[in-house]
Amino acid sequence: MRADPEHWLRVTPRGLYCPVGDFYVDPTRAVDRAVITHGHADHARRGHGAVLATRETLAIMDARLGSVQGAQPLDPGETVSLGGVTVSLHPAGHVLGSAQARLEYRGARVVVSGDFKRRTDPTCAPFEVVPCDVFVTEATFALPVFRHPDPATEMAKVLDSLALFPGRTLLLGAYSLGKAQRLIALARAAGYDAPIYVHGAVAKICALYERHGVALGDLHPVPEGNNRLAGSLVVHPPGTLGEDGPHRFADPLVAMASGWLRVRGQGWGRRADVELPLIISDHADWDELVATLADVGAPRIWITHGREDALVRQATLMGLEAKALSLIGRDEGKEDAP
Amino acid sequence: MKAFAALVDRLSTTPGREAKLILIGAYLDRAPDPDRGWGLAVLAGDLDIPRLKAAAAKALILDRVDRELFALSHAYVGDLAETVALLWPKPPVLPKPPTLSDVVEAARLLPREELMDRLTGWLDGLDATGRWALLKLLTGGIRVGASARLARAAFARWAALEGAAVEAVWFSRKPPYPALFTWASGGEAPDVENQIALRPFMLASPLEDLERARLDLAEYAVDWTGDGIRAQLVSSGGDTRIFSREGEDITRGFPDLVAALDFEGTLDGDLRLLTPEGTPAPFAALEKRLTRETVSKAMLATLPAHARLHDVLFDGGEDLRPLPFRVRRARLEAWHGASPRPHLDLSPLVGVADWETLDRLRAEGGTDGLRLKRWESPYVGGPTGDWILAKRPPLSINCLLMYAQRPARGGARPPTEVTVGVWKGADLVPLGKTIPDLTEDEGKRLTQWILDHGRERFGPVRAVDPELVMEITFESVQASPRHRAGLSLRLPRIRQIHWDMPAKNADRLETLIGLM
Ligand SMILES: [Zn+2]
Ligand SMILES: [Zn+2]
Repeated sequence: MRADPEHWLRVTPRGLYCPVGDFYVDPTRAVDRAVITHGHADHARRGHGAVLATRETLAIMDARLGSVQGAQPLDPGETVSLGGVTVSLHPAGHVLGSAQARLEYRGARVVVSGDFKRRTDPTCAPFEVVPCDVFVTEATFALPVFRHPDPATEMAKVLDSLALFPGRTLLLGAYSLGKAQRLIALARAAGYDAPIYVHGAVAKICALYERHGVALGDLHPVPEGNNRLAGSLVVHPPGTLGEDGPHRFADPLVAMASGWLRVRGQGWGRRADVELPLIISDHADWDELVATLADVGAPRIWITHGREDALVRQATLMGLEAKALSLIGRDEGKEDAP
Repeated sequence: MKAFAALVDRLSTTPGREAKLILIGAYLDRAPDPDRGWGLAVLAGDLDIPRLKAAAAKALILDRVDRELFALSHAYVGDLAETVALLWPKPPVLPKPPTLSDVVEAARLLPREELMDRLTGWLDGLDATGRWALLKLLTGGIRVGASARLARAAFARWAALEGAAVEAVWFSRKPPYPALFTWASGGEAPDVENQIALRPFMLASPLEDLERARLDLAEYAVDWTGDGIRAQLVSSGGDTRIFSREGEDITRGFPDLVAALDFEGTLDGDLRLLTPEGTPAPFAALEKRLTRETVSKAMLATLPAHARLHDVLFDGGEDLRPLPFRVRRARLEAWHGASPRPHLDLSPLVGVADWETLDRLRAEGGTDGLRLKRWESPYVGGPTGDWILAKRPPLSINCLLMYAQRPARGGARPPTEVTVGVWKGADLVPLGKTIPDLTEDEGKRLTQWILDHGRERFGPVRAVDPELVMEITFESVQASPRHRAGLSLRLPRIRQIHWDMPAKNADRLETLIGLM
């Protein structure tokens, strides 16, 4: 008889827990054994006793959190048994090394998506459709108004602005892990081959991506002091330039990439200080979420972080059974910006 | 339509004037004719097409999207047209997107039902930004993030033409302005004789910027500035326009005044509304005329528009601007005296023999201040120093600091905004907010004071002990039921902080009521 996942997977204050295998997926606090889907701060925290993750994710955790105790790399598709639960990792298409966790116990299959997207992204392996009985999905952009445009057309706005405003520095704010590298790769794909200036934490992760075979072209650190850099593209994590930061550059043109920028005038949305909003996200948009529900063929949908009301409605319209898991502590991490 | 939508989208997030000029120039470079002309017309506020109700778009989307998902989306987005634009499903086959000309021509010519049919196909063919701009354009809610005057300046810059020359011919042209684009590409300038044109306003320099000792009051004509807004009234060949100081065409709001303008030429005056008692109505009423789509009969009857004229630029086709004010004033008086008209009068001249009289008059006067015009000066656009504005000195009261807003990134820096109040009985009532503009030392001292006297926090706002007296200057005080004090101050500013003044010495609300 199949074991209902309700009995071997549950929500605890520390996150999603599997009592049979005695491990957590992306726990929000330090635990004995954790399966980590990807390196963003709200999924990968420090201090676990043992960590099961992809090699890339372990490398990212190493670079950002310091050396990881009890690291156990798992290659995509490879399986491991934790107390009778078969665990495997499958690409999620979110950032370098990001994975969905597939858990199988007594014939029942659960896939925990972590964060994912379906768009092509030259900086990470594409999302793999993993058939399952329960699909545990993120829901960051689970409202039908969130439909991200083609990232290439968004990047074209950056290149167009660089051409129109040769006297200004284009300051592109992007989270240091994933978004920054994807934006650089998009600029390169669009034929931009001038040096790109990268700031602080971005530089470190870019180097890590390069070591994992992701070519990002000619990158320079942002020079100290008043360097102007008129006509150049600077990629930096938001908030890291400091109060006077922008004044160090030539009449800075502030750009920012986020899926939230799709909706004008929302609190999270268009920010007054952003002159060039780019709707580019590493999270699935509404159409991708809906397509994925259909693709994985799971009759049951559990919804983790994000807003669940619309996705529950959509799943119901599709004849699926859906419920919200209400995980605590997700999306508080500053770095995992959508 | 896509290029236009992208421009409007981009302008809405672009604060800098220079950047806006460049963006509009790039649009004019890239968009084909006649699309760019129509695009320019939207920016310049010259496009007049019938409106669709936003509710019509809602009906279309409910045929395509689950009602509950629509409701959740609308609640999140807020704006109906934007919600529809974002929700619109991608059709199996993408039709060709419409051009801006397609949209404008259809909107002007087609009956409503046919337009709605077209609308579906257009929405199918556009992306979310295009759909948003389209729906905003057709429902009349488009905000372009550029003033009409900026749009004209952008055209002039792009065409490498003199800004004033463009302003002079603009209003005699109809969108999509073929003659202007011919001119821009090196063709002949459009003819402006006897046609509607906006002329550059002559502007007054503040008296405070000038040295009184060098001025001889006897060389100046003096009159009161109006309580309303400065306007240029232009009439030619049966067409009449009213332009604001900002260069906006505000004719639509003043049909009563337009009907009264039976002259050929260009006049300069102060525009206001009059109460039945013949006194100027509050500014808020005038603002309604400026912003409403249509002006109701009731508005026209209760508060008629009135222009107090103080200069003449053209008499028919004759350019009077090079003539001295002395001559222009005489021409104005002769013309008006020949047949006085309703809705119009002449600004009376005020006798001012010396500076003491001037200072006394402007302090007592009911309007913004006194305007001095040199009798011998020609009418020239911009500030030349020949016109002087002697503003009424600001009023002042002693208030108590009530709340302080801390700067966005925290730290030991002065507040970005403070709320001040006055006594009403034993209570304090807030009067309003002002941005402190202090010296570095004062700023530091205030920051420390707030730290020492802070009470509860409301987000970034902190209440403080009601103990610090701030002297606040303001231009005027007006009734305002929205405020707890029942009144509000215009342009409140901190003049100085009275560190040692006891709190009970702060002013009372009654003092302000007396100033209304
Ligand atoms: Zn996340
Ligand atoms: Zn993430």
